[in-house]
Amino acid sequence: MTWGQGLTLSEQILSHAAGREVRAGELIIVEVDRCMTHDSLAPEVIDVLRGQLHADRLCDPDRVAVIIDHVAPASSVATANAQVLVRRWAAEQGITHFFDAGSGVCHQVMIEQALVQPGQIVLGIDSHSTAYGAVCAFGTGVGSRDMALALASGRTWLRVPETLRVLVHGSFRPWVSAKDLSLYLCGKLGLDGATYQAVEFQGVEWLGLDGRITLCSMSTELGAKAGLILPSGEVLEKFDSPDWLAHHEGASYARTVHVNLEALPSQVAVPPEVDHVRPAAELHDVQVDQVFIGTCTNGRLSDLRAAARILAGEKVARGVRMLVIPASHRILVEAIADGTMTALLEAGATLGTPGCGPCIGRHMGVLGAGEVCLSTANRNFRGRMGSPESLVYLASPEVAAATALTGTITDPASL
Amino acid sequence: MARVWLFGDNVDTDQILPGRYAPYMTSEADLGKYPFIEARPEFAAQVEPGDVIVAGGNFGCGSSREYAPRALKVVGVAAIIAPSFARIFFRNALNLGLPLFQVDLTCVLRDGQQVTLDLASSALATETGPIRLPAPPEWLRRVWEEGGIVEYYRRHGKLPLGDEG
Repeated sequence: MTWGQGLTLSEQILSHAAGREVRAGELIIVEVDRCMTHDSLAPEVIDVLRGQLHADRLCDPDRVAVIIDHVAPASSVATANAQVLVRRWAAEQGITHFFDAGSGVCHQVMIEQALVQPGQIVLGIDSHSTAYGAVCAFGTGVGSRDMALALASGRTWLRVPETLRVLVHGSFRPWVSAKDLSLYLCGKLGLDGATYQAVEFQGVEWLGLDGRITLCSMSTELGAKAGLILPSGEVLEKFDSPDWLAHHEGASYARTVHVNLEALPSQVAVPPEVDHVRPAAELHDVQVDQVFIGTCTNGRLSDLRAAARILAGEKVARGVRMLVIPASHRILVEAIADGTMTALLEAGATLGTPGCGPCIGRHMGVLGAGEVCLSTANRNFRGRMGSPESLVYLASPEVAAATALTGTITDPASL
Repeated sequence: MARVWLFGDNVDTDQILPGRYAPYMTSEADLGKYPFIEARPEFAAQVEPGDVIVAGGNFGCGSSREYAPRALKVVGVAAIIAPSFARIFFRNALNLGLPLFQVDLTCVLRDGQQVTLDLASSALATETGPIRLPAPPEWLRRVWEEGGIVEYYRRHGKLPLGDEG
């Protein structure tokens, strides 16, 4: 390779793609290794491709993945019709990486199916495409026109981002997990704490793939363009990392934030902003109507198991509805096989089809006026999950399970 | 003359266009009815083509939904002026040919104030005198002027790239 030392992970991946050394601030045009589209925005992409770009054929259908997850299965004639359009288009274009309703949330499916690989550049038509940094792919969210152009040309333009480094010390306390770290960072740095930047997490070599997906996915809530973790441990067992990907001495970071996990209690984001973050223990007077465990943020097997450890042999509090939606079909099957799902169902949980569920307030658990939900999802903006008069608190699966048990927001360490 | 619509910090895409009102859930023809439908219900009915949104920092944070800036374009918003924009919203607006100016005017302009925007000279005429807006890089202005990224790509057969593009 022709580039030297002192590069951040983003600069390494983008230099590799550009074929020359590039640094933060440069504008580059690169080949995109993979494009992800989902049911919610694919119709608009198809419309631009057909109506404006007159692109009858995609640059490379094999680089494209299409996943039906945002309203899955369809909730209305309008969404069903849109999905018919997307299915037909995918078939007509010869897109083999097509995953229909029930397969799971797009980001989870992309990683499970190994459609993202370390060192790749991946565009997703979804802001949480930063999740792919869990395997050290440069994953970033774009809108419909950027996606249409990438599908037609195979390329996109990017500004090489500066990097905010999160240097993690220690390990999680009992019942504290990656989501708590993400929420803590949102509270500390704010919703625009990393706008136009990449977030690079260091000191988490011990963290499994599930937790890495949570951290990288939630980086977008800081405004970040990408969230990246150098592969190690479980990630290296599942993915081949190119030898040019490494931590460089002397890499230049716009900012370094230190977090001591030994001092980090369970966190909760208070509506209506993801950066209104407080320790769960301070919110014990907040009563909830619904607890939702799922989404691309926290619907993985380790999340369901963490909840089941708290709820096994117990019952969800009277007056609380607990909704569990595994992030993928594979996770659902695994959670059934190891008894996790039975423990949750016996505690009183309702099981939904793998996919986005009510995260975006469209189906399967939408909130009415005055209702309060504690959710393991990623956004709590006003009206996000339904009525603008409803409230969404965000937390880890551990806090969600403890809250389902008591009916008020509960720090699991207090049980 | 055009009206100033003043907003605060962190206007998220769920406020601009809630996911439940996406064209996917409703219909493309109705997109112009829904901008700020819950955050500011009078907006869609009263906004006039040429009006300007003036907001606080991190405008457009949240989802990648391009129909949020597209809905603002459909109702004729001429420009958005804010000290910072969320990155996907920034790209989407650029790609749609919706001009953004990066400057904080929330303490200078009032909600409902009448102004005149001159895009060509990046200037805003107000009752108390003109305000010069920070001029965008030339390549970015060309994308707006040609109507958006798709139109630019069709005309030039390539993506824009910096000032040498």
